[in-house]
Amino acid sequence: MKRTMILVLIMTTGFGALAYTTSSRPRAGDLKVIKIAAKKFDFTPNDLTVKKGEPVALELTSTDRVHGFSIPDFKVTARIEPGKVTRVTFTPDRTGDFTFSCNIFCGSGHEDMAGRLIVTD
Amino acid sequence: MEIDRRDFMKLAGLGGIVFASGLGGRILGATRPKQEEFYFVQLSDTHIGFDGPKVNPDAKGTLKKAVAAVNSLDQKPDFVVFTGDLTHTTDDVKERRGRMTQFQDIAGQLNVKTVHYMAGEHDAALDRGDAYQEFFGKLNYTFDHKGIHFIVLDNVSDPGAIVGEAQLKWLQSDLKGLKRDAPIVVLTHRPLFDLYPQWDWATADAKSVIDSLMPYRNVTVFYGHIHQEHHYMTGHIAHHAAKSLMFPLPAPGSAPKRAPIPWDDAAPYKGLGYREIGADVKNARYEISELAIQGA
Repeated sequence: MKRTMILVLIMTTGFGALAYTTSSRPRAGDLKVIKIAAKKFDFTPNDLTVKKGEPVALELTSTDRVHGFSIPDFKVTARIEPGKVTRVTFTPDRTGDFTFSCNIFCGSGHEDMAGRLIVTD
Repeated sequence: MEIDRRDFMKLAGLGGIVFASGLGGRILGATRPKQEEFYFVQLSDTHIGFDGPKVNPDAKGTLKKAVAAVNSLDQKPDFVVFTGDLTHTTDDVKERRGRMTQFQDIAGQLNVKTVHYMAGEHDAALDRGDAYQEFFGKLNYTFDHKGIHFIVLDNVSDPGAIVGEAQLKWLQSDLKGLKRDAPIVVLTHRPLFDLYPQWDWATADAKSVIDSLMPYRNVTVFYGHIHQEHHYMTGHIAHHAAKSLMFPLPAPGSAPKRAPIPWDDAAPYKGLGYREIGADVKNARYEISELAIQGA
């Protein structure tokens, strides 16, 4: 099991950022943890700043209905179910301003449900 | 990869498709079309129920103007197709049906024998298409017209913007009965490629759809969703997005948000419109003419 996971990590990181919803949590202290609350039709916070090359864990919750969370530039995507924490981990591999948004249609303000990820050196 | 019109014409030429765009032109010339030629009209993203005077102060009248314009065409189109977002979404299930009734009342004024409908996420994503199907029928279906095989694909009733395994199998089964050079037109709402996923302008499993279509040499896709004219090639498959009849949206990634472009009093209805699509069946070539909405 452990060998398989290491192999998958090596294969995947070659393609840039790594993202996964996980039950095998990385060790505390290795990650910058950011909690994000989703509700119709916004994320709180909606401005995130992280560092290139440093792993980040997003802990996503929803207070009303199912939402999506997507950062296409880093191939991060998650389904956020109300009543539980969805954890997404990735390592940004380049600097810049990137958009994250809800990618599960949630109503008349769905198109506005977005935020900004700033990756610095 | 976005391509400009000149590049597109080169690419389309290689793919056996002719593209043309202008204002007010009548498809296939002034003469009566040959047996293997016809034209149809694409209307899209009518968003009945939308209320935003700064975006469209004629929200209740724009579709009516388009319907009147289609009815006034000298030569009637063989059919009209609405490529989704007939209504603007609402959580209120009664209001949702009320908006669909309003849409039907206006679209029912079309003096055209055949009208094909399809859903957008605003119509169908909140209830998996229940209300839509009560009013308009199936979410995915096929029809044939004068030798062209039309496939209507649903990439909206799943709120995660997927076609899904079941529909994919249905598509593959349908395609099996076709010759590899059969003229095929796919009608759908969302782009079947990653146009700009940051704005949800994509279909999550589009690659599976395109992989299924790729062996067929004469495939063209007409869609809506992005509220603007847009042309793109995935291999030999051309994709053509249509304008909205409610509000235009910015070019992909050109603005911080995908917010509607405000109404311009100096240029009413700017960015809104519909299109005529002339089909040359024998050569699987399509000629597109974009038409503007004229003020009252």
